[in-house]
Amino acid sequence: MTVNKRLPSTVFFTRLASVITTLFGISIFVFIVLRVIPGDSITGSLGIETGALSPEQIESLRAYYGIDKSLFGQYFSWMGSFLTGDFGFAYSNGVSVLELTKSALPVTIQLALFGTIFGVILGISVGMFSASKPGSVRDFAGQFFGLLALAVPGFVLATTLVTVMANVFGYFPNGFEYMAPWEDPWMNFQQMMFPSLVLGIAVAAPVMRTTRSALLETVDKDFIRTAHGKGVKHRVVQFKHVLRNSLIPIVTMTGIQFGYLLGGAVITEKIFAMPGMGRQILDAINKREYATVQSSVMIFAIMFVLINLITDIIYRRIDPRIK
Amino acid sequence: MSSPLIKVSNLTVSTSDDNRTLVNSVSFEIAPGEAVGVVGESGSGKTLTALSLLGLLPRGVQATEGSISYDGKDLLHTDGETLRSIRGNKIAMIYQDPMTALNPVMRLGAQLIEVIESHEGQSGDATERVLTAFSDVGIPDPKRAYESYPHEFSGGMRQRVMIAMALLLSPELLIADEPTTALDVTIQQQILALVMHERRKRNMSMLWITHDLGVVANLVDRVVVMYAGRIVEVGSVKDVFTNPQHPYTAGLLASLPKASDKNRTRLVSIPGIPPKPWTVGESCAFSARCTRADDQCRTTLPILRDNSSTQAACFHLMGEKQ
Amino acid sequence: MSTPVKEKTWFSYYLKSISGVIGGILVLVMFTISILSALGITPHDPLIQDPVNALQGPSAQYWFGTDQFGRDILSRCMDGMRRSMLVSVVAVSIATFVGVLLGIVGGYFGKVLDGFVVRFSDVIFAFPAILLALAIVNSLGNSWIDTSLAIAVVYTPIFIRVARGPVLTVKEMDYVKAVRILGFSTPKVLFSHILPNVLPPIVIQVALSMSWAILTESGLSFLGLGTQPPDASLGLMVSEAQSLAAFAWWTLAFPSLFITIAVVGLNLVGDGLRDSLDPARRSS
Repeated sequence: MTVNKRLPSTVFFTRLASVITTLFGISIFVFIVLRVIPGDSITGSLGIETGALSPEQIESLRAYYGIDKSLFGQYFSWMGSFLTGDFGFAYSNGVSVLELTKSALPVTIQLALFGTIFGVILGISVGMFSASKPGSVRDFAGQFFGLLALAVPGFVLATTLVTVMANVFGYFPNGFEYMAPWEDPWMNFQQMMFPSLVLGIAVAAPVMRTTRSALLETVDKDFIRTAHGKGVKHRVVQFKHVLRNSLIPIVTMTGIQFGYLLGGAVITEKIFAMPGMGRQILDAINKREYATVQSSVMIFAIMFVLINLITDIIYRRIDPRIK
Repeated sequence: MSSPLIKVSNLTVSTSDDNRTLVNSVSFEIAPGEAVGVVGESGSGKTLTALSLLGLLPRGVQATEGSISYDGKDLLHTDGETLRSIRGNKIAMIYQDPMTALNPVMRLGAQLIEVIESHEGQSGDATERVLTAFSDVGIPDPKRAYESYPHEFSGGMRQRVMIAMALLLSPELLIADEPTTALDVTIQQQILALVMHERRKRNMSMLWITHDLGVVANLVDRVVVMYAGRIVEVGSVKDVFTNPQHPYTAGLLASLPKASDKNRTRLVSIPGIPPKPWTVGESCAFSARCTRADDQCRTTLPILRDNSSTQAACFHLMGEKQ
Repeated sequence: MSTPVKEKTWFSYYLKSISGVIGGILVLVMFTISILSALGITPHDPLIQDPVNALQGPSAQYWFGTDQFGRDILSRCMDGMRRSMLVSVVAVSIATFVGVLLGIVGGYFGKVLDGFVVRFSDVIFAFPAILLALAIVNSLGNSWIDTSLAIAVVYTPIFIRVARGPVLTVKEMDYVKAVRILGFSTPKVLFSHILPNVLPPIVIQVALSMSWAILTESGLSFLGLGTQPPDASLGLMVSEAQSLAAFAWWTLAFPSLFITIAVVGLNLVGDGLRDSLDPARRSS
């Protein structure tokens, strides 16, 4: 078995090139889907609905959209604006999308973080529980839980939670104005609780499945037999030998889930009135604020790609075999 | 006759779901300080026999009959904690494939410390003992090895680490499952020499599993020959090598290349392949390949019996006339 | 000594899988419901209002109760299931066809073509499903065709990946090389030799993707971006139930149940297919 003798710098640059190409492809894709297809409706609305914008802002938006230019010209116009931090303006109140994003992004990130942490803890626990006796009642129960967590839609769970909490128990922190962690940490935590729970359950399902199959695969390996054979206590074998060696697929899955929560929590954000990126996009769609939608979607995609890159780096650290 | 260190009686191992027999009523003992070699082809059940001693049978396989008597306990029917306290401590095992037998994400030093901590708890001089163990097995630069991961070492080195790990708490019995099969011939010799040296030093009992009869010649005191899940011959190394009674053993010996052979002598081999243990009914499993077989062999199960040289399970021993 | 072995069909293996059987039943039930609805065979007309009986619980007349306009919830659930199934089937059919085609072509011909295919699927993979579907629907429109197209785009890359993998492996196998040297035409090689290996994972993925498609479709209509009122749609019904569920639990419970059953059923079918088509053929 030969070890791949590539310089760390070569590997790094190759990956970087790959990431940049993907991002480039993403920008083209976003452009086609969000700009080319609606086409005229954007140029049209730019005339009618720009009420709250100042003349400079209107000019900037025209440059952002590349109006009156060819398709290529429009694309490069947009890219030019985007890459210089000009994400366009929201028609209704003239606030720049950059500003909107600055306040919305932290909320989404915090929510995604909480949801992922909760989901991973839940998923790994149930996965370990299931794998401890494959084929038994507990395994069946664990897998059934995983199936339900996957099949019951997030919005159903969220709606049920809201109904029960708000109407039956009269406790609904999300009914109040959103508080950032530095404004009111306790209120913030309470407001994060329910949506994180809903998101966490959605995350737990694939994490549980990955954990279970990784554990079952590791448990049959020779070095586990060696560990038992030298008299290591069972619990220690489970954690230090089995789990530790099953981590890589679990870490990878966690990274993917976190990335998805960043962009996929749209519905949950809406139900729990969290002022994050998801809600920003939904509002923008309803108000036909095309610039906001276009920029926000692009930002999401960039974040997801970056998360994947980071996950990759992390698991290279965990496994000492990979240089 | 002092009592044996460990006594295996009628050990039978089968698959859990469809009850196919893999090891059939195997019995033998090992005296304190004695080295016993178990020889057989793949599928003969030798590895499963060894794994049974420490309760390390893989999923889907279990010991259905028999007993393993050690230190006043039956290892097949004792509680988990008792078994755990014996493993790595009083009885230790080294395995066939050094490339997969060590935890890939744990440093080598830590893997040995674990043995000490599992049986003696936290120990101040643990690190010292591990470093000494490393140098005893011939690992150059023990300090570096302590911090290293398995993949940084060759197969031969990893096997040395495994031996160090197994001998750390001075077990009474070392079980070795073909530890040299996966290694180069020159490394094989080194490892064998190392094990022999350690064994003499500690007067340790040993159970050495191998498919290679040639390996056991200088290594063990007694030989057990297994075929298709059963023992077919048992005897001292001298008797088995100079006067084998079972045709299978004779065939194995004949197939060993000898230094005295003239050039271009054909290697002798036994035609055919061993049957699966569970397909053999009440008959001699070797009869299909045996030149001395007759109807009795094909319809009756031969039992291990004393003879002039060894104990063998055969109706037509080599010493008798055809 | 050889006993002739009876080649069991995959179906008999499938029937051995409990999850597969249960899933199959659930899916068949939902399918039947959808067809009944399409034929107009529902207890009541999903659109007819009965304001006098608005927000009544389950009764003999209205088995699942009524909504805020007095419409029969059971009939609306059936209708909603039909829409979800329709979108799911259409979307996954498109995704399968396009994805498998691209995956096989890319995997087989390699080099630049494959590079393009892989990049293309990477780009789409970069978007969470609901977000991408949202964006596309926003651009295209609300009709069931638009929704189907949006979902098709979202789930095409997974079929590219599922088809491409086996192609890459099989392409290098000796028997394929031998056949090519013999001069078999490329399409023939693709169909006779590559496709049979690729089929099982694709079939499994179809079941799984359909379950995700139903979740995505109902998510979109929950947000108001799918079927428009007064037409019935499961996601829309749940959305309307947000303000009603506190005192009319049936407005939330039944549409949710329908969605869950369909998704569970399709997932179990996927599991059953995996157990019966995988060469390992073991039920865990």
